[in-house]
Amino acid sequence: MPNMSPTKVPVEEQAPLVRNKNFLEVSLSYMPEQAVEEARRCLNCKNKPCVAGCPVNIHIPEFISRVAAGDFKGAYEVISETNALPCVSGRVCPQENQCEERCVRGVKGEAVAIGRLERFVADWYLKNVSAMPVKPQSNGIKVAVVGSGPAGLTCASDLAKKGYQVTVFEAFHTAGGVLVYGIPEFRLPKAIVQSEVDKLKALGVELELDVVVGRTITIDELIEEGYKAVFVGSGAGLPMFMGIEGESLAGVYSANEYLTRVNLMKAYLDDHDTPLRQSKAVAVVGGGNVAMDAARCAKRMGAEKVYLLYRRGEEEMPARREEVNHAKEEEIDFRLLANPVRLLGNEKGQVCQIECVRMRLQAPDESGRRSPKEVPGSNFFLPVDTVIMALGTSPNPLIRATTPGLETNRKGCLVVNEETMATTREGIYAGGDAVTGAATVILAMGAGKKAAQAMDEYLSAN
Amino acid sequence: MVKIVAKKELNPTVTLLTVDAPRIARKAQAGQFIIFRLDEQGERIPLTIADYDREQGTVSIIFQKVGLSTQLLGALEIGDTILDFVGPLGVPTELPQGARRICVIGGGVGCAIAFPQAMALHAKGVQVDVIAGFRSKDIVILEEEFNAVSDRFFLMTDDGSYGEKGLVTNKLQELMDGGSRYDAVIAIGPIPMMKFVCKTTEPYQVPTIVSLNPLMIDGTGMCGCCRVTVGGKVRFACVDGPDFDGHQVDFDELMSRNAVYREQEAEQKERHTCRLEQLGKALIQ
Repeated sequence: MPNMSPTKVPVEEQAPLVRNKNFLEVSLSYMPEQAVEEARRCLNCKNKPCVAGCPVNIHIPEFISRVAAGDFKGAYEVISETNALPCVSGRVCPQENQCEERCVRGVKGEAVAIGRLERFVADWYLKNVSAMPVKPQSNGIKVAVVGSGPAGLTCASDLAKKGYQVTVFEAFHTAGGVLVYGIPEFRLPKAIVQSEVDKLKALGVELELDVVVGRTITIDELIEEGYKAVFVGSGAGLPMFMGIEGESLAGVYSANEYLTRVNLMKAYLDDHDTPLRQSKAVAVVGGGNVAMDAARCAKRMGAEKVYLLYRRGEEEMPARREEVNHAKEEEIDFRLLANPVRLLGNEKGQVCQIECVRMRLQAPDESGRRSPKEVPGSNFFLPVDTVIMALGTSPNPLIRATTPGLETNRKGCLVVNEETMATTREGIYAGGDAVTGAATVILAMGAGKKAAQAMDEYLSAN
Repeated sequence: MVKIVAKKELNPTVTLLTVDAPRIARKAQAGQFIIFRLDEQGERIPLTIADYDREQGTVSIIFQKVGLSTQLLGALEIGDTILDFVGPLGVPTELPQGARRICVIGGGVGCAIAFPQAMALHAKGVQVDVIAGFRSKDIVILEEEFNAVSDRFFLMTDDGSYGEKGLVTNKLQELMDGGSRYDAVIAIGPIPMMKFVCKTTEPYQVPTIVSLNPLMIDGTGMCGCCRVTVGGKVRFACVDGPDFDGHQVDFDELMSRNAVYREQEAEQKERHTCRLEQLGKALIQ
């Protein structure tokens, strides 16, 4: 008999006013008995609507039924058949718009906590089973993966499992891409990313750090070096700015810079050398997950006041609801329907004030979107010593500029065949934010997976 | 990880290191830079490539021991390793088409970067005048080297303790007033020096290329830390530069952006002494 409770088994979290002063994880994992109880809420539907909602098609009811039976190792094996990074996706996936959105239990009450269960299983495995994957028999075919973010890691993992000799090239000194420079420790501990990377190495994948493809070596040179196919997962790293006055004052960061200083360069640890502004009052501009991450990092770095400025309303925020709620609980001061128009500096050229204008939403247009419009004469000022622009990112032009024949669209995203992720150059595939522009970790993983499949077919045929 | 294969102290605060980095050596061109990170706790610091040897697979950097990371870098010896060394980054220097007469100006440690420019131009048969400026005699570097690759070489010191007394801009003004006509000027040195070189050349409309040194993290266009305003537009020095048309650069903004962590640098210095001591102790043991 399934557990018919209409709500998810709650998960423990650090208290908001405690956690907003540390970088430890916000949400804790289920205990085994909690996981079993939650797993028993799954009705094991025959048509599995949840699986269709998952970009990497995890066999969700199968893994959950194993959790319900207390077979956590078996559950992990089911997940890892299709998902190369379960510890990651269990934490950062927007399940509410994917698997859980389609869960039948969600019709009357809350969906099964698929994300929490995935995380539980992955964490349990990491803690209790030390076995590393076994390196498959090599087929001797060299494949290059550019970028070690979620798309690249997934693609590399799938290809390595098929016996390819995979080398991953990473521009930074640490593998993981956005998982290490962008998403903060309190949402995704870096030790967990490292454990996923270690699994990849055990599969025989080689990692070449500190290599900027497009500068240190070009894709064509990789092909000359004997790589028979290349996957480009170089992400969407180029930060956008508003183009308003004062944006280059000292103390104005892109979210990428701020988060990289905090996460990758570990500015929150005393023994690391990378400096960060010791801010008292911070304004973060934007309404996505990255804006939430930046605001919550700024609070943890000791800022007394952190404003979050967004030109639309809370309903329109692209950030996950959970992240918005977490940010509010942590005393981030949301100033919605407000848009910066100018940044003002002091005599040292450092930002000291942000001038904003109030916005109101217009009636929905044909696409149903309510665009914001300035309210004339409603300008107001906030005293700040730091401004973080979290307005989105676009793909880095380095690879398209140095690889003849790679077509991009108007936004600079690589053009691919959506079925195979093949680019306009034979043997070169791409996926993740480099193709879609800034999107989610799991979509990037899905693309890496799809590309690995197509690359295998291509390489087998040639 | 790269290994140090040669080291030379050019003056009490400026050091040359040559490292084994074949991939970078194969690609490097004048004007490009690398980013290094010493160890797991280290910052990422950009340094312009001073020289490279494609056959030996080595790259040389010349740096002044000013902050924590360069102090620690300067403490390393031949055979030691640097954890991360990535490049070549940025775009190579581009000179105006058909430039035949060029004045290369270096200020202080900036001479380390001006020198390979002068050398490359000289080798191409371009007529090269070099003006090198230093605070005083004891920090003069690359004098002989500059002499060998220039048609005319002018050495200036602020205090007159060596060469001619005066600033590089005094000499430049004098040369241009005296009828020297340049197709381009390349200026590499402290921000105020580059700013005033540009002010000097502007009335003569001589294209002036400056090599900027903003703060950076990734060096691939990802963080925007290195943004500079050039001709009213925001550019990223790491991917669009580091060389820019000096007449278009907002030097004052660059100066204030580079000063943003100055207060923290004092703190860093304290910690750095501790780490240097630790390194020293480790060496003795």
